[in-house]
Amino acid sequence: MLGLEKKDFRLLLIVIGLTMLAPFILNPFPAGSEMAQFNAGYPDLMQRFVIFGIFAIGFNILFGLTGYLSFGHAAFLGAGSYGAVWMFKLLSMNVLPAIAISVIIAGLFSLLIGFISLRRSGIYFSILTLAFAQMSFALAYSVLTPITGGETGLQLALDDPRIFGASQTATGNIPVPALFGLEMRSSYELGVGSWLFTFNAGYYLAAVFMIFAFYMSIRIFRSPFGMMLRAIKSNQTRMSYTGLNARPYTLAAFVISGMYAGLAGGLMASMDPLAGAERMQWTASGEVVLMTILGGAGTLIGPVLGAGMIKYFENIFSKINETILHGWFAFLPDGLENVVVAMIYPFIGKGWHLTLGIVFMLVVIFLPGGLVQGGQKIAAAFRRKKPEDAKPNATEPAE
Amino acid sequence: MGLLEVKGINKRFGGLQALGDVNLSIEENTTHAIIGPNGAGKSTLLNVLVGKLIPDSGSVMFDGQSVLGRKPHEINQMGISRVFQTPEIFSDLTVFENVMIPCFAKRDGAFRMHAIESIFAERGIQEQADAILDDVNMLEKKDMIASSLSRGDKRRLEMAMCLVQDPKLLLLDEPTAGMARADTQNTISLLKEIREKRGITMAIIEHDMNVVFSLAERITVLAQGTPLVEDTPDNIKGHPKVREAYLGEAQV
Repeated sequence: MLGLEKKDFRLLLIVIGLTMLAPFILNPFPAGSEMAQFNAGYPDLMQRFVIFGIFAIGFNILFGLTGYLSFGHAAFLGAGSYGAVWMFKLLSMNVLPAIAISVIIAGLFSLLIGFISLRRSGIYFSILTLAFAQMSFALAYSVLTPITGGETGLQLALDDPRIFGASQTATGNIPVPALFGLEMRSSYELGVGSWLFTFNAGYYLAAVFMIFAFYMSIRIFRSPFGMMLRAIKSNQTRMSYTGLNARPYTLAAFVISGMYAGLAGGLMASMDPLAGAERMQWTASGEVVLMTILGGAGTLIGPVLGAGMIKYFENIFSKINETILHGWFAFLPDGLENVVVAMIYPFIGKGWHLTLGIVFMLVVIFLPGGLVQGGQKIAAAFRRKKPEDAKPNATEPAE
Repeated sequence: MGLLEVKGINKRFGGLQALGDVNLSIEENTTHAIIGPNGAGKSTLLNVLVGKLIPDSGSVMFDGQSVLGRKPHEINQMGISRVFQTPEIFSDLTVFENVMIPCFAKRDGAFRMHAIESIFAERGIQEQADAILDDVNMLEKKDMIASSLSRGDKRRLEMAMCLVQDPKLLLLDEPTAGMARADTQNTISLLKEIREKRGITMAIIEHDMNVVFSLAERITVLAQGTPLVEDTPDNIKGHPKVREAYLGEAQV
């Protein structure tokens, strides 16, 4: 189906199902209940899930397949964001041209950086990409202020010379990004009993892009091109003595993953039309590396899982504060309650990075294949009950 | 004029003259062995032929075109394939993928952006890969990850990867190094079969005289970076200069 093998097609269907039903799946707890703070089904976070999912899927095409670890991919995301905001300022508030230009700009930018960085491999490649990204960040932050807005970031203003569309709405406000009139921020809320589900236009637009991005990544993984990329990771010597030039293959992979990053940046700007230099900073580049490794580098679904997990931690774990903890452990005797809270407190709230760090450490040590490998192990443990299926799926190269 | 013509190659590494005025001609449709004691410059010569090293002076002509200054992948596309001392294969890929890659390289050249097509739709390539795996008796292992193969199988896989490209010249760098006797015999018969069935010109660098004398039709003896003699195996066997190079003057 759609040029995919049965197994891949099934995976695609699962991803489509999960993203389309995400407002339900991510809101399992009734609004107003104790557990409601663990609900992730609000538009802002759902948008982030899929946008960072796209970013990680693209990063995985480079890192997962070729093994080239780029530490500067946030630069392409940032470039895409700036491009999109400029399209909003100059052309129209329609998101499609903005997203298109963000992909193009990120593609060109990654072509330039990739062309230079890919002259080296291994740690030198990583350092080169990191250096370029930090240069981009520094430029965006200071010298290029007329283009990037510098410290305050690039924002829409009331006097933007928009060619198609007005500078201001009738009520004197800045217009919002929309897809042919459908505003990205508009939501439809569905109340079922005490549950409240939010269906957001921006989320669904981003989700459609993510499904498309995921589909393309399956095609690339299963193509001769994808096989060549894995061959580069495996043995570059044999690659060149087989008459294949590794450079254009790695450059193509680099540009493709840069365009994915640009798409993510463009979508980010479409959800909230502003762009700041901090999107290019090395922490943002490092985050996508974490997402990919956490989920499972070189697997199809891993990067999406990793992105979801990190964003969930960042937004949900970080909101649990001391008061909430005291509420949870109120049943304990006073002294014990304070001790328990004091022990847990460093790992939640502002300390969520600590928890994430521990999870990351455990995954890297015990599940080098990421969460996907964890899932496979669980599946294998279940299957072992049936003796004929006991053989683990060791020959699967990906997924 | 031979398929491969090496003229006046010099290569220095600092103070060491690795190759000094090497002339070598490999005729089409022969098996040519290059032998010599350790440090004679055999591997240096091979690395010059495949573009890994650039000599200080001299020329290397292959099939009427100069090889010098070209990258290894360009030289491979001209029709020179190389088998390494320790098999260089794509260890993380399956055996089948390992042989499909040279099929693609042969058909599409050094680079092609076939990112959307599915591998599963490439029937021609798959048949080609199946055929070559059948030839080297590895068809039943096609779904194994290459790193899990035995040493002998890795060697056969590497050979299959070179053969499927249908090279004009196959360079073999000590193809039986570190092999058990049985594996060595298998390799010899495999190479003989390749030679007879496919008529591929071969150049072999080898230490094992048993291998050399069972395969070679011409032999060049290198010593201290210079060719001593070039002759048929029968004449080489009793040649005084060869014994000298191998055993040292004192024992003559």
